[in-house]
Amino acid sequence: MNLFTLIIGYLRSRPLNTLLNIVLLSLGIAMITILLLFNNQLQEKISDNSKGIDLVVGAKGSPLQLILCNVFHVDFPTGNIKLNEADRLAKHRLVKHAIPVALGDSYQNYRIVGTTHAYAELYKAELANGDWWVNDLEVTVGATVAKLLNLKLGDTFASAHGLSAEGHAHDEHPFVVKGILKPTYSVLDNLILTNVASIWLVHEHSEEEAGVKPDSLNASVLVSSALASDSTREITSLLIKYRNPIAAIQLPRYINSQTNMQAASPSFEAARLFSILGVGIEALTGFAYVLIFISALSIFIALYNSLKERQYDLAIMRSMGASRGKLLWATQLEGVALTLCGSVLGIVLGHTVLYLFTTLVTESRTAGVSAFVLYKEEWYLLAGSVVLGVICSLIPSFQAYSTDIHKVLAKG
Amino acid sequence: MIRVQSLAYRYNPEKEITFRDLTIQTGEQFLLLGESGSGKTTLLHLLGGLLKLQRGGIEVNGTELSTLTESQLDRFRGKHYGFIFQRNHLLASLTVEQNLLMAPYLAGIKQDKSRVEEVLAQLDIADQKKKRIQELSLGQAQRVAIARAVLNKPSVILADEPTSALDDKNCDRVSELLLQVAQQNRATLIIATHDQRLKNKIQNVIQL
Repeated sequence: MNLFTLIIGYLRSRPLNTLLNIVLLSLGIAMITILLLFNNQLQEKISDNSKGIDLVVGAKGSPLQLILCNVFHVDFPTGNIKLNEADRLAKHRLVKHAIPVALGDSYQNYRIVGTTHAYAELYKAELANGDWWVNDLEVTVGATVAKLLNLKLGDTFASAHGLSAEGHAHDEHPFVVKGILKPTYSVLDNLILTNVASIWLVHEHSEEEAGVKPDSLNASVLVSSALASDSTREITSLLIKYRNPIAAIQLPRYINSQTNMQAASPSFEAARLFSILGVGIEALTGFAYVLIFISALSIFIALYNSLKERQYDLAIMRSMGASRGKLLWATQLEGVALTLCGSVLGIVLGHTVLYLFTTLVTESRTAGVSAFVLYKEEWYLLAGSVVLGVICSLIPSFQAYSTDIHKVLAKG
Repeated sequence: MIRVQSLAYRYNPEKEITFRDLTIQTGEQFLLLGESGSGKTTLLHLLGGLLKLQRGGIEVNGTELSTLTESQLDRFRGKHYGFIFQRNHLLASLTVEQNLLMAPYLAGIKQDKSRVEEVLAQLDIADQKKKRIQELSLGQAQRVAIARAVLNKPSVILADEPTSALDDKNCDRVSELLLQVAQQNRATLIIATHDQRLKNKIQNVIQL
């Protein structure tokens, strides 16, 4: 026999009320947990995915679209830019290095990205199997792609035009899998990497122009197989790393005003995206707090009412030797037991819902949100729920503390 | 041993209840008789340390109650007293056994389950141990309350109208058991009541 047995007895003596209070609180906590997990992981993914990319240069249009398309690979391209213009920019004194990105084809919804090996280095990608792509139509595939499409070394596949599966298939130029990457837990896992020339090759409809083979003098700095002076070649975007902080001020302004390309900063656009999403997240968070407030009120009312019924219990316990402090403590403990149960259940519920969401909704898999991550904020939630329990039981426990045993017991 | 000296209590400035001095030896059985409002419950609560002393002194087993702080008094109650009231005041959310174990737990002494069995057997309700309070009859519940009062082997058992709510048959049964367990546990028994049925069972009477 101890206080816990007593409290469990009390909670079990009004099961529906206890259940209501715990469920109400756990819903609020679950909602906050889901938002927390989603928000934190999304922000982490965004900063991970845009690491090493200071500026994205592409065709004019929406800057947010440019970032979404070329960094996170979720939106469609704004258009193309001329290779020779991109080349000129890559040689700019404020640019430390520039990586070309050519989009346009996909395989089973996974994007084929024409780029250089430097792109994979941005994400510190390592090979799990095989080798990096070298020649045209050779690809190195991301870990998730390889796993879900069951691609192995030496496999060949025909890409589809466009970024969705319905596109016209480029049967005449099959790609061959040259290597498979280890998981990087970034957007790279969902991509198929090849060189820029391969993207051009599958789109050249039989107008095979022999062309001049470029040598080291007149080759493009971005794509060594193309002539720097070639005005017909196009890429989708250019990922730029600044040489120094001055570049952050001068380069975007120069590109946006002096060229017919546009420059967008991933960190700035991500922040803008979050401020747009923020309204929705704030509304949901607000709703969660309303739920928590109502559950706190409900717990308070339950304790307050039961204290009236329990005045004889309290008096008899005092007569058996319980101190005022013990009764105060018992009432506090009952409040805290309720809120702690509610928040533990809420956190479990939050993770479970997110787990079901990530397993059942395929699209969410590419977002890379995991349900099995614990953030330190969740400990704060638990600590906060203890405080909430103390607050809810403040007035009832004071009532318990100040029970006049003589008056209560003299009543009969 | 209980010694009461020049004891008086005042609920409001006009009316003061005074009590005559008395000495009760350990193991004695006393009946506190009087009309309602005569101060039976007041005296019982003063004796039991449930009501703070205003004037006069009460000495129980060599300890003067007025010298104890509130928390010392709480502990003193737990160790030396057993209380029985008109209503059983059992904790309805607990089982019979859990109710009984509350007594040693709250008094801060060791919880002994065999002692629970022993007391329940003395009161002939051993088979009710695991039952919830709601499942008991009125007479059974009052016996559980008695069991709880004697469980810690208190030196003083104070009972306030323990039989008033019971019919003749249960009154007989409960009062017999009360006297019997008080004797078995060598406790002083003081019963405050206006129940005339108890008069012929206990000879020592304090008339208020």
